[in-house]
Amino acid sequence: MSPRLNGEEPDRLYTVTGGRSRVDESPLDIVTLIVTESGPEPGMQSEHARILEICAGPLSVVEISAELGLPVTIVKILLIDLLDTGHVTARSPLPALRRSQLPDLEILKQVLIGLQKL
Amino acid sequence: MAYKSSDQAVVTPLAKTASNGLKIVIVGGFGVGKTTMVRSVSEIRPLSTEEMMTRAGVGVDDTSDVRDKTTTTVAFDFGRISLNDQMVLYLFGAPGQERFWFLWDRLFSGALGAVVLVDTRRLEDSWYAVDRLEHQGTPFIVARNDFGGPAYTLDQVRAALDLSDRIPLIECDARRRDSSKAVLIALVDHLFALSAATENAR
Repeated sequence: MSPRLNGEEPDRLYTVTGGRSRVDESPLDIVTLIVTESGPEPGMQSEHARILEICAGPLSVVEISAELGLPVTIVKILLIDLLDTGHVTARSPLPALRRSQLPDLEILKQVLIGLQKL
Repeated sequence: MAYKSSDQAVVTPLAKTASNGLKIVIVGGFGVGKTTMVRSVSEIRPLSTEEMMTRAGVGVDDTSDVRDKTTTTVAFDFGRISLNDQMVLYLFGAPGQERFWFLWDRLFSGALGAVVLVDTRRLEDSWYAVDRLEHQGTPFIVARNDFGGPAYTLDQVRAALDLSDRIPLIECDARRRDSSKAVLIALVDHLFALSAATENAR
């Protein structure tokens, strides 16, 4: 845990997102899987192009964040751009995993089987 | 902006068929072994990333001057287990201090459940996490990571944490894959029992 303040960081983040900062209504979870549907185009923002490159196979939002070295919120903003233009699609986490709602028994069985194989 | 070229990518691709991400959170105080546990069961080397926390979110209510608003980034580690062709389980390590919880509430909403990892030499580090999880209704179990300290019995640990009998408390060695795996299985067993009880009550 190292909360850090970096003088340069806010400027860079502002530039990357074009000044946008609110993604509270984002449909994306940190474990939503993202897949590239069409490759980078000339003149595309470098962060967008990089996402399209690494998401040739499915990758979670949080892994994209780690790969780009950008906070999760910033990555979500970039991903919404790419979703809007159809460059990527999102594979959402399993439903019924909202707070105060227990997971489905069938899902839990699959999880147990998977863990036992470890 | 210089990014790593693709041959140096830190991320490892998932199976093409992967479609459902799931998450489990491992909460605990500093140095209790959260990342060690993630590493021992993860199929990838644990990765680290950040989320932003604005000053407004850390309890300062003055947001009148936006230019004055400071942003701190909080780092967290995670690993991954491909459960089958479709399901991928992500494991997150989260520091349990009070000031980070509003961030975890948002990031880990929708988690299957949580593991509170405790060190008997610093049990007080875990009180807040246990309390918070109980209040928000997130199912969890408690795992005591064995550091070879004073030999408290699990009953003593349960009493010290003021932990309800309904919440499983087990011992583990976070460095060992089989032990960390047993912790995850104990959590999912607990979830299964809770879900089954709810379904039967319907």
